[in-house]
Amino acid sequence: MRKAAAYLDSASSEPLHPAARETLLAAYDRGYADPRRLHGPGRDARLLLDNARAVVAECLEVRPDEVTFTASGTEAVHRGLLGLRRVGPVAYAAVEHSSVVHAATWAGDAVEIPVDRLGRVDASAVPADVGVVAVQSANHEVGTLQPVADLDRDAPLFVDACASMGRLPLPHGWDALAGSAHKWGGPAGVGVLVVRKGARWVNPFPGDDRIDERSSGFENVPAALAAAAALRAVVEERAEVGARQRALVDRIRRAAAEIPDVEVVGDPVERLPHLVTFSCLYVDGEALVTELDRRGYGVASGSACTASTLTPSRVLEAMGVLTHGNVRVSLTRDTSEADVDGLLTELPGVVREIRARVGL
Amino acid sequence: MSIDLDLDCRGLLCPLPVIELGKRYVEVPVGGLVAVLADDVAARTDIPAWCRMRGQEFVGEEEPGRYVVRRLS
Repeated sequence: MRKAAAYLDSASSEPLHPAARETLLAAYDRGYADPRRLHGPGRDARLLLDNARAVVAECLEVRPDEVTFTASGTEAVHRGLLGLRRVGPVAYAAVEHSSVVHAATWAGDAVEIPVDRLGRVDASAVPADVGVVAVQSANHEVGTLQPVADLDRDAPLFVDACASMGRLPLPHGWDALAGSAHKWGGPAGVGVLVVRKGARWVNPFPGDDRIDERSSGFENVPAALAAAAALRAVVEERAEVGARQRALVDRIRRAAAEIPDVEVVGDPVERLPHLVTFSCLYVDGEALVTELDRRGYGVASGSACTASTLTPSRVLEAMGVLTHGNVRVSLTRDTSEADVDGLLTELPGVVREIRARVGL
Repeated sequence: MSIDLDLDCRGLLCPLPVIELGKRYVEVPVGGLVAVLADDVAARTDIPAWCRMRGQEFVGEEEPGRYVVRRLS
């Protein structure tokens, strides 16, 4: 019999936080109107939007007027990065999320900053004479934290903080930064763009006549408010949840490393609390994901055969670690010790079975 | 460079070229060279990674898509 599923892919999307669910339903009743209008329902919507902005600012320890809600994390990345760019190429860490790479490619002139085997950029290796620098707060596939505050640079700095927002305090030293609500347990369809007061940021896209000049389109007020409620809850819980997740990830790292010819990647200490990635030699990544799913464990993979592009993860490639047989396990706030124990009980047998299919 | 074993893995998707290498490198003597011809892009990362994990020497990508490995043990 198939047991109840353990969803272990929070790095792709965290289940909606209970605090967000309640807020979302209430806000749909109160936050439907156009927040620019002067009638009662409009003023109500405006109040909710301003409240959402204030809560997010407080959680992130930034000013409310530095916070913009966008339609997604990707949109926040595109606006944040391209709006900072001066004349010159976009320099980005080789392990950045694809949204950064696509924005850099769209800008037309890009240069990669190499990373080491752990996936970390060398803070002194940022090229000079570039138009903007993009370095993530933490890597979304392997968890490694980046030395954002220590980067030796002369161009403005954009930070993609989608993987860490809510889970860790923001790093220092950036000019614009992006986050994504569904990665911390808010609803999908809400991105957060933060532009530092005084940063030279110019809207790279057509403008609009909305409340916030850095965004365009009708504000998703209920979702923004729910995202803010989830963020507040996550920040309040993070000491406890983060410590629990950190210990569980340590266990997964140790157990995976004991399976023959398995390499656990990313920084073992300076990392996100909730995720871990490892690669199994001679194992087909798609088969591994499928077999674990059959046993009730939902995990992601950076192997080529599991990607829509049929190319291996750029992150693993840039680190020079094995790209096939790759699994990323990322814990939700509810992931229990029993879930992790169950996964670790199944894993060695699944790897052995897939290797046996090819005679190894 | 004298290659002791040529493995033509063109058309094979990952992880098949590495599986082929893992199964057959023992056919050459210690110190011998294996060349893997592969057009799957993952081979560029995975063959050096295999060498590191298995304690063998990655000699290099001698020409595009042709990877040379020295058996050390």
